[in-house]
Parts: sequence; structure tokens; C-alpha cells
Amino acid sequence: MPSLPFQDAVPVSWYLLLSAVLFTLGVAGFIIRRNIITVFMCIELMLNAVNLSFVTFANQHRQVSGQIFTFFVMVVAAAEAAVGLAIILTVFKNRDTLNIDEINTLKN
Amino acid sequence: MNLFFFLLFAIIAVVCAVSVVAQRHPISSALSLIGVMGSLAVLYLLLGAEFIATAQIIVYAGAVMVLFIFVIMLLNAGAEDRGGKRSLLASALGVPAIVALLGVLCYFVQRWFPNAGTVQFDAWRGGSAQAFGYALFTDYLLPFEVTSVLILIAIIGAIVLARKELD
Repeated sequence: MPSLPFQDAVPVSWYLLLSAVLFTLGVAGFIIRRNIITVFMCIELMLNAVNLSFVTFANQHRQVSGQIFTFFVMVVAAAEAAVGLAIILTVFKNRDTLNIDEINTLKN
Repeated sequence: MNLFFFLLFAIIAVVCAVSVVAQRHPISSALSLIGVMGSLAVLYLLLGAEFIATAQIIVYAGAVMVLFIFVIMLLNAGAEDRGGKRSLLASALGVPAIVALLGVLCYFVQRWFPNAGTVQFDAWRGGSAQAFGYALFTDYLLPFEVTSVLILIAIIGAIVLARKELD
């Protein structure tokens, strides 16, 4: 465990541990949830966790590049949300369900 | 004060993230996710990333989550049913696997960054809109332009997927 800081500052590893916890929660939700929209939200949660790591490293190295990566991740996430939700709409229109266990045409 | 704000918003983020996973109704999950994103924006501010914190609020908590809630309401998504249809293997190995993943991540964080320094608010002001924009439009100009093509493709894809079938 990191030793408690004497001055009023937060260790970098604490931010990284928070990022790890959020990422793990996202993975858990991605695996156990059955509603396709909630699964999609868990993907966003994982992307946010990774963004926190990027911004932490940008702070640690005193370089703005990490924040630019975060910006690109945000752009890709926005594009992904637009396309993914359109796919969800189409699936719901055709299959009339949001349960991912029932969307198994490609199985077997 | 740094420690206080970090702990406060880290706890809010983790509680909201647990709520995202645990809530049965998608709307509750979406509202919890907004809580995660808002507290992450505060953490970005503590890390000196002013522009990213603003973009987090506007793009993520604003645009993306409005899209999510719009789709949830459009599809009238109700609470998911939790029948006991899971396979025995999945229910036996799921929790240990997740805990193992968290353990591995924490182990490598502690292994690689034991003395990585500390974060202090206002110790580094490299994340202002000016510095960010300068880096974006000089060093990262080509990725930025490629991103615009990506967004164009995403817009066209969304329209093609969501339009009504023309017979």
C-alpha cells in the first residue's frame, strides 16, 4: 500500500487504482447484465476508466499528449454511441427484444 | 484539501459505478453513469485538465447520455428480468474471475508505479484550452483530421441503420 502522504497531495497510484476499480466494475457489468443498453453503458464506463488513466499520466509526465489521447477516446466513444444505439434500434425493430440472451442468431 | 476532494469524488464515482452495474432499470443505470462522469470531470480538474473536464461534461454527460436516455425512452425499456438461466460454470467462476482481474490490475499498478510522485492541484497548468489547442493543431493535426472523417462515417452509418426500410 502507498504510504499516506504527509503533505496535502494524492499519490499518482491512487488515481490509477481508482481507474482499475472503475474498469473492473465496467467489465463485471458488461458480463453479467442482460439488457443490451446497460451493456453498452458499461462499455462507456470502461472507456471513462481508461480516460482517467490517460489524464493521470499526462499529469505525471507534465505533457499534454495524454489529454489529447483522452480527447480522441471521447470522439471515438461518441461515434460508437451513435452507431451502436442505431444498431440497438434496428435490433429492437426486428427482434422486439433487448435481452442479449435472445439475440443469438449467430450461435451454432 | 487535495486528499479530501480526491477521496470524496472517488467514493462518489465508485458508488455510482456499482449502481450502474446493480440497478435493474436502464434509466437508473444511465443516471448513475452521469454521476460517474460528473465526478470524473472533477477529478480531471484536480489533475489539471481543464479542457478535458469541460469536454467530459459537455460531450459525455451531455450529448452521449442524452442519446442513451433518448433511446431508452424510445424503446420503452423496462426493468430486466433476472431469471436463473445462467450456466453453473458462469455463476461459479464469474465473481472469482472479476476479483482476479481487479487483483492483477492493482498488482501491476503497485508494481510499476510505487513511487510515481503525487498529484497536487494547480501544480501543473498544462491542460488549459490554449495549450491543448496548440498541441492538437500542431503535433496532432493529422489524427484530428482523420477523426473528422471517422465522425462523418459514423453519422452516415447511423442514418443508414436508423432509416425506415424503403420497399
